[in-house]
Amino acid sequence: MLNIIAGSLSVGVTPSTSSYESIATVTVGAGGTGTVSFTSIPSTYTHLQIRGLFGANSSGQAYSINFNSDTGSSYSYHYLAGQGSSAFTGASTSRTFTLLTDTSGSGVTTSPTAFVMDLLDYRSTSKNKTMRTLIGNDANGSGQIYLVSGLWFATPAAITSISLGGLSGATFTQYSSFALYGIKGA
Amino acid sequence: MAAGSTYTPIATTTLGSNQASVTFSGISGSYTDLIIWTNAANTAGNAAIKVQVGNSSIDTGSNYSTTYLYGNGSTATSGRTTSATSMIAARTASTLTANGYITLQNYSNTTTYKTMLSRGNAANEMAVAYVGLWRSTSAINIITLTDENANNFISGSTFTLYGIAAA
Repeated sequence: MLNIIAGSLSVGVTPSTSSYESIATVTVGAGGTGTVSFTSIPSTYTHLQIRGLFGANSSGQAYSINFNSDTGSSYSYHYLAGQGSSAFTGASTSRTFTLLTDTSGSGVTTSPTAFVMDLLDYRSTSKNKTMRTLIGNDANGSGQIYLVSGLWFATPAAITSISLGGLSGATFTQYSSFALYGIKGA
Repeated sequence: MAAGSTYTPIATTTLGSNQASVTFSGISGSYTDLIIWTNAANTAGNAAIKVQVGNSSIDTGSNYSTTYLYGNGSTATSGRTTSATSMIAARTASTLTANGYITLQNYSNTTTYKTMLSRGNAANEMAVAYVGLWRSTSAINIITLTDENANNFISGSTFTLYGIAAA
């Protein structure tokens, strides 16, 4: 039953309870940080999932994702979003990053931004890499919810490292946390 | 890097008769995130599920808010609730044809307010995404789900709670 339900949802898919493993967690310390990285990601899984909860140094900040330290123009993304009164959409091509979100909440204490991001077939050496993210924050009268589709279209390579970073001076504040999970295939 | 199996089933409720609410209580703080999968219907038709949480007892105060985005086949739009007595999440229908999930990240931390993410799917009506906030720094160890319009969930509705533990 779980697999049937999982197949109908766009994010958060989990094939079975025994194939979902915790790989690593990063918790941001005092002073915050501009970048959070997962490195030396093992190739023993089929898909990856990152679950995060973070604060920004100010509201409305944008955050990016890069793979394998590639900062070339080899990323693109689309999003569908709502900010409480209307829906809007956007896209960008040939970017130097793919998008985590372009509108964060503010501090992690009172308006934490939460997300769940899936990276499919991350170890493939023959396919470009696609990701999907559900991300949002609410601050009792403000906030937004995003569905994001991302692509890394550099020469296909297994993803061995992932960096999440702030754009234009954005940082992750203290107590922000990011957890990487691996999902095995049959 | 450490590795360990997780995404652990904590509790499943399958209704044997129509019922106004479902509560998961005594939730252990040993996980990092909680996820509830829903396949629910109610006696009146399409609606969201109200989510109330608390520490030892449900917070029924106006300490919740939700921002949502949905598409119904003809338009996409967004809305929100503020200073509400619950968050809203997932989706139900008059038959067991709707599903959703609700995730509460870092639910047991005592530093931050709690953010909920949710997706809802009702094939006859809409696809919807939510982000909700509970304005409390208390750890969550009890969750109650009710129909948005105070109708009963019908027999056969299922609600499964999972815990995910980070390395």
